[in-house]
Amino acid sequence: MKPKRRRRIVLVSLILVAVAVASGAMVYGLSKNMSYLFTPSQILAGKASDYRSFRLGGMVAPGSIQRDPHSLRVDFTVTDGDHTMPVRYTGILPDLFRANQAVIATGHMQNGTFVASEVLAKHDATYMPRELQQAMAQAHAKFHVRLPAQEARP
Amino acid sequence: MMPELGQMALILALILAAVQAVFPLLGAWRGSSALMRMARPAVAGQFVFMVLAYAVLTHAFMVNDFSVRYVAENSNLTLPWYYRFSAVWGAHAGSLLLWVLILNVWTLAVAVFSRRLPEAFVARVLGIMGLVSVGFLSFSVLTSNPFLRVLPAPVNGMDLNPVLQDPGLVMHPPMLYMGYVGFSVAFAFAIAALLGGAFDDVWVRWARPWTNAAFGFLSAGIVLGSWWSYAELGWGGWWFWDPVENASFMPWLVGAALIHAQAVTEKRGGLRAWTLLLSIFAFSLSLLGTFLVRSGLLTSVHAFASDPRRGMYILMLLGLAVGASLLLYALRAPKVAGGKPFALASRETLIVIGNLMLVVASAMVLIGTLYPIIGDALHLGRVSIGPPYFGPLFIAMMAPVVLLLPFGPFARWGHADLREWKRVALIGAVAALVGGSLFAWAASGGMPGWQAWLGGLSSAWVIAGVILYARKRWVSVPAGRRYPAEMAGMLLGHLGVGIFLAGALLTNNLSVERDVRLAPGQTAQVGGYTFRFEGVTDVRGPNWVAHQGTLVVTRGDQRIAVLHPQKREYSGDIVQTEAAVDAGLFRDLYVALGEGLGNHGAWALRLYDKPFVRWVWLGGLFIALGGFVTLLDRRFRVRVTQDAGDSTPAPASPRPVRAQEAGA
Repeated sequence: MKPKRRRRIVLVSLILVAVAVASGAMVYGLSKNMSYLFTPSQILAGKASDYRSFRLGGMVAPGSIQRDPHSLRVDFTVTDGDHTMPVRYTGILPDLFRANQAVIATGHMQNGTFVASEVLAKHDATYMPRELQQAMAQAHAKFHVRLPAQEARP
Repeated sequence: MMPELGQMALILALILAAVQAVFPLLGAWRGSSALMRMARPAVAGQFVFMVLAYAVLTHAFMVNDFSVRYVAENSNLTLPWYYRFSAVWGAHAGSLLLWVLILNVWTLAVAVFSRRLPEAFVARVLGIMGLVSVGFLSFSVLTSNPFLRVLPAPVNGMDLNPVLQDPGLVMHPPMLYMGYVGFSVAFAFAIAALLGGAFDDVWVRWARPWTNAAFGFLSAGIVLGSWWSYAELGWGGWWFWDPVENASFMPWLVGAALIHAQAVTEKRGGLRAWTLLLSIFAFSLSLLGTFLVRSGLLTSVHAFASDPRRGMYILMLLGLAVGASLLLYALRAPKVAGGKPFALASRETLIVIGNLMLVVASAMVLIGTLYPIIGDALHLGRVSIGPPYFGPLFIAMMAPVVLLLPFGPFARWGHADLREWKRVALIGAVAALVGGSLFAWAASGGMPGWQAWLGGLSSAWVIAGVILYARKRWVSVPAGRRYPAEMAGMLLGHLGVGIFLAGALLTNNLSVERDVRLAPGQTAQVGGYTFRFEGVTDVRGPNWVAHQGTLVVTRGDQRIAVLHPQKREYSGDIVQTEAAVDAGLFRDLYVALGEGLGNHGAWALRLYDKPFVRWVWLGGLFIALGGFVTLLDRRFRVRVTQDAGDSTPAPASPRPVRAQEAGA
């Protein structure tokens, strides 16, 4: 009986330690890797100032896309209907990036410009419509744009 | 007329599923042989009608019957026939039909290959699978009927989502579903054992080949999915910790734990309750996977097939299935403790540790995947959890598993020989340090980065363990009995882990990615290769037009490859990037077209040199193969006289000689 009990105690404490370490690591990992989504209005209101890196969501303002002629740098403006935010990005834009389309950009602020490290466009393979749809419900209403969820294609 | 026939077939299948669920379970409870015997005809009948319904829908796609709304939404006159064939499972309603059809295939297989098992047990297993079928068929009939008409019929359909028009997708969902649904067999066996109340461990031996088959299919499905997203999404990555990838990965992790726990229960009688619990978890996570993909709660790569209204139904189904089975578990499982004792240093302990890590990793993935939904529901803000959360945690959690993996086969059941462990550790460490470092050094063409070095080390460590054990068997066991199928499967699976480790870590470390702007005639250097851009021409496919770039890849004076990446435009203004890949065992060259820049013919291009990326999938395929080979083991062929007749709680280790052989 005794070795069996000892074995059980060792096993149970092993499980407990593993679970404790794992949950600690998970909580830490979650807190370090949560990426919040803000609209230009929220950023200008200072809501994003606590976060070094975050995601910016909105529509690409018409006529704002400017390609640098010698590199892959591109500048454009994201708007939520009330306010705008200049964005700078170097790289390849997604297939469906164009004016008046919803985008989500990941990056950080630098001297009043949002420097994006990644840009996702509507209907892009990684696009996340629901959260942006909610964040921008008002902006969409102003532009009289159909919400992503109401798009015809399933 | 045909679609209505399909609809009727579907309803008849549902009725037969109800028959298959209710009467055999009732019969097993009441001990009525007549009722129990209804199971097999019901299974066969349901199978026939499901095949009929599925064939009708496929036919509607083949003849372009756009009066069927599902066809009109997912096909097109110009769509090639093979994509019309796979378009059947291109969206929600049809993929659900495929889900149920595959469930029927599994059920039929169980019905056919279980003739020698006790009648009541088989009746319960088939009854449980019938219940699962009722749940999904009623879901299909009530909320997502694929045979709905649209009148007047459109002249032409919309199109199949271009992302899905790829050979990878023709195979990926069926494979994945074979895995998901396959866990329903292990689940049904576990529930049947709980219902029956006779807690011997024979049921585990009956369940093992099915679980291994499901695991093999799921592994192959995930590999195909990874390869598809690599080739089709144009980012050149093989794993993104995307919610839907996670949805298939969670049951895989628990499934990996389950096949090991089942081995312990079968051979030693230990971990019974744990094995039962894992059987329930594996299938619950498969259901959760279906729910996550289909509900639209998580939008991702696969968001094309989602609909929030249906999510509620699956959520209810999930709640019912998980709740009921866990309740049953809580009521019955406390009685099942038992099994032979084992020392701290034993194969059982190693498997328990491996199991724990796999389950904890699965929980980690689950939390990371669900957190954005829960956070949103609780108004904690809209967050997303990215790869930086999953990657490091997963590596940390798998490190002990990789470290202990070579010892597993050497450890005896019950009590391991520590001197042998020392020897294995010594040889393994030398092999890893020398072989692994040399390998990483050669692969990197110089001083390897820490990740490449870790890849070489861990891979050599695991593979050395496999080779050492294979050698030990070769030396110590007479010919013909050296590698029974179960052991061969284990060795193949572990070898797969080793290959995967090398592939994953080396490709992460050594891949070179460059986004460049090139005008025709200009060149770019990526990882020792020279890519010369020859410009873009227009090409036309069956249902698309495309800009097609031409790049000539050279290394030194040698011409390596000519690549033709495309940017396709399908009907409905949908643009799809088709990457061009020059595949090789040791490296892939990968080019994707970005966008046209200005009027000098310059384009943005994404160029990759990806060493060892094929090893990621090669390792996965070895793991899948391991699962399939295992089921050939002779021990799993049930013998009438020994196993079927009685249910005495003894026969945990069937035939002494073989048990020793498999456990030695």
